[in-house]
Amino acid sequence: MQVNEHKPLIVAFCCNWCSYAGADLAGNNRLAYPADVKIIRVPCSCRVNPMFVLRAFQRGADGVIICGCHPGDCHYTSGNYFTRRRMALLFSMLDYLGIEKERTRVEWVSAAEGAKFAATMNDFAEKVASLGENKRLEDLRCKK
Amino acid sequence: MQKITRNALVEKAVAMLNDGAVSRVLGWRAGEFGYDITPSVFTEAKDIEENFVWNDFCGANFSKYLVAQTRKGEGKILVFLKPCDTYSFNQLLTEHRFDREKVYVVGIPCEGMVDIAKVKKLCGDGISAIECGEDSLAVTTIYEDAPIAVSTKDVLAERCLSCKSKKHVAYDELLGEEGEVLDSNRFDEVEKLEKMTADERFEFWQSQLSKCIRCNACRDICPACTCEKCVFDNPNSGAENKAPATSFEEKMFHIIRAFHVAGRCTDCGECSRVCPQDIPLHLLNRKFIKDIDAFYGDYQAGEEVGSRAPLVNYTKEDLEPSEVFERGDGANA
Amino acid sequence: MRKCSLTALDSIFETIAKSAVLYLPVDTEENKSEYKMWEKGAKWSDRLNTNKSPKDFFFPQVEDLMKFKVTGKNIELTDIRKAAEDFVVFGVRACDVKSFDVLDRVFLTTPTDSYYASRREHGVIISVACTRPTETCFCQTFGIDATEPQGDIMVWKTESELFWKAVTEKGEKIMSLIESMTEQCTEEAVEAQKAKTKAIMKKLPLANLKADAFGAGKTDEFFNAPEWAELSQSCLGCGTCTFVCPTCQCYDIKDFNTGNGVVRFRCWDSCMYSDFTKMSAGQPRLTQVERFRQRFMHKLVYYPENNEGMFGCVGCGRCLAKCPISMNIVKVMKAIGGKAE
Repeated sequence: MQVNEHKPLIVAFCCNWCSYAGADLAGNNRLAYPADVKIIRVPCSCRVNPMFVLRAFQRGADGVIICGCHPGDCHYTSGNYFTRRRMALLFSMLDYLGIEKERTRVEWVSAAEGAKFAATMNDFAEKVASLGENKRLEDLRCKK
Repeated sequence: MQKITRNALVEKAVAMLNDGAVSRVLGWRAGEFGYDITPSVFTEAKDIEENFVWNDFCGANFSKYLVAQTRKGEGKILVFLKPCDTYSFNQLLTEHRFDREKVYVVGIPCEGMVDIAKVKKLCGDGISAIECGEDSLAVTTIYEDAPIAVSTKDVLAERCLSCKSKKHVAYDELLGEEGEVLDSNRFDEVEKLEKMTADERFEFWQSQLSKCIRCNACRDICPACTCEKCVFDNPNSGAENKAPATSFEEKMFHIIRAFHVAGRCTDCGECSRVCPQDIPLHLLNRKFIKDIDAFYGDYQAGEEVGSRAPLVNYTKEDLEPSEVFERGDGANA
Repeated sequence: MRKCSLTALDSIFETIAKSAVLYLPVDTEENKSEYKMWEKGAKWSDRLNTNKSPKDFFFPQVEDLMKFKVTGKNIELTDIRKAAEDFVVFGVRACDVKSFDVLDRVFLTTPTDSYYASRREHGVIISVACTRPTETCFCQTFGIDATEPQGDIMVWKTESELFWKAVTEKGEKIMSLIESMTEQCTEEAVEAQKAKTKAIMKKLPLANLKADAFGAGKTDEFFNAPEWAELSQSCLGCGTCTFVCPTCQCYDIKDFNTGNGVVRFRCWDSCMYSDFTKMSAGQPRLTQVERFRQRFMHKLVYYPENNEGMFGCVGCGRCLAKCPISMNIVKVMKAIGGKAE
């Protein structure tokens, strides 16, 4: 296995109202973040079913990050509060099963925080890269 | 040995059937070897008198059957519920899964149920009959001339050894004495796992979950799993899967199964009881319960009807997912 | 007939494992047994009965059939079968050996299932006669002799010795491998052991269970029996009975999109499931009563109907031990027609 050459694939679920706009702002400001971050736009961070996270790993993701509005700023009033509980429990469970906790993250990024978006992605991609390939939640059928 | 006698239950059931207060009785039917007891709907007094059993092997939780049973037949159904079953009963009521008016609940005390696997470990195979005595079992096997005496406390099911409550949280009528909520050690095993390294935990669960044959017994017995169509059975869900095709599928099924009942699981332990491959599934559910208690305050699903489950609730001050691992109390090593 | 002492078993396993992959039942932590691949130090468990049946060796729960990839108007097909390797399964009981006959009639009649056929060809069955049957055993009901377990080689166990007898050519080959570790002997000890086991079989709680009421031509008699509704009412609709059953042979064929082509695989299916044999018009058996009835009618009536009276159940007793609500074929037979005595 050529660990050094492995480029981590990162799936970022971004809420339509804040984080997706934040990503947009990062782009407009020419702030660089890894091209291996694949953004999936969701109406709200709480649209992210735990199964989405697992299936991202199944299909080759090495890290999954969920970005939403800051608590209190949800476009739907309370969606991100539910995300917060759900993901806290899910991540704890994944860790309980021995899956590296650094592969999952929740971050609140507003539409005005283009810089935070880029910095978050850079930092997350770096952490995930240091872990190497996702082996513990991989599905061999999906390997090329 | 159960404090309440079979006769007391039979009398109650027959009396209520005869005076028309109920039209059916949900109870336990005798099997072939003394321990293989089947949940059954009785409609005739004679049948109850002959085939109804109540002994140390009546572990089956009847609450879930009420979802289907209250939708059919005329009149009320009488159901016997042990303390832990009443928590499931309340949880189902909270979720409006059946009509309370159609059920007559008789609460019965429980002294803990016996795990037949433990009996076999002590007595060997070939069990042809079991008599439940005061605080022991008399096990007749085809290999021994005389019945073997086994102390009941040596063969109690694991879930009963860490019983959380002897108190009935729902009933119309209580037979026998009311018990109390107990100080249980049910999270000990979870803690033991938490203290392992991530590699050890991975290895533990990998070896456990790889035994799974996806029979769905854990899901189908679960009183919290009452979806009309499970996401894993629905070809349109994109997650439908009939077999553990890869180790990923094994993990996904069990993580999602446990997650779907997180905050609603009353910890009745039926999932682990029915697993034909002896996977300790309750350790997944208990991890969620333990985390919920640690993160959002103590919560017991089913304790009261109408309470808001932790995953459909929030406070503005909830901890952040990133803080989960910084805490000393609930987090894994 | 040849014999060896029980202590010679380790070196015999080692020798066999050099020529082929060897599987045998070993104890699990939960005081049960499960087939595992032999490795040095593995101890054979003669406990009854393995959690899962040995049908997995010939008809695994999940099996990839082929791969295909669509590019434009082209479909590229790949046969992803690996060359079958020789394997030996030790410790198969008479009931499970009989289950291979049941499966053979399904998979080896034309059109032959080549996946199954190739495994049958490469597999050698070393059966072991029962010495300690358990309460859930009822192979006698279907005319199976637990002391003559068949297979490619038959083995009998006494207090301290094992007796070996090759039945087929494949068996002879394995016997020649271990010739130096066994010695020629007479059949007296085996006959004595057989008599002992037979005496125990008579004492089994299900010893008198008869299947005479069932068989070919009984569809009309049992299909509308009123008992089905009551028997099935507590059935959870899980697949435990079908998945631990050595003779259940229904499967589903599914496609998995890997994102880089499609893997077509087959996996066990269960007639207890709500999506079993689902067609465009839906599942033909709408309620659990019908699904439940299907399983038992298949084993006791439909299968014999198509196979000269041979039953689709071998009485291994796994469903009796494993059903979450302890509803099983014995209770069905007693309630519907096969009254004891």
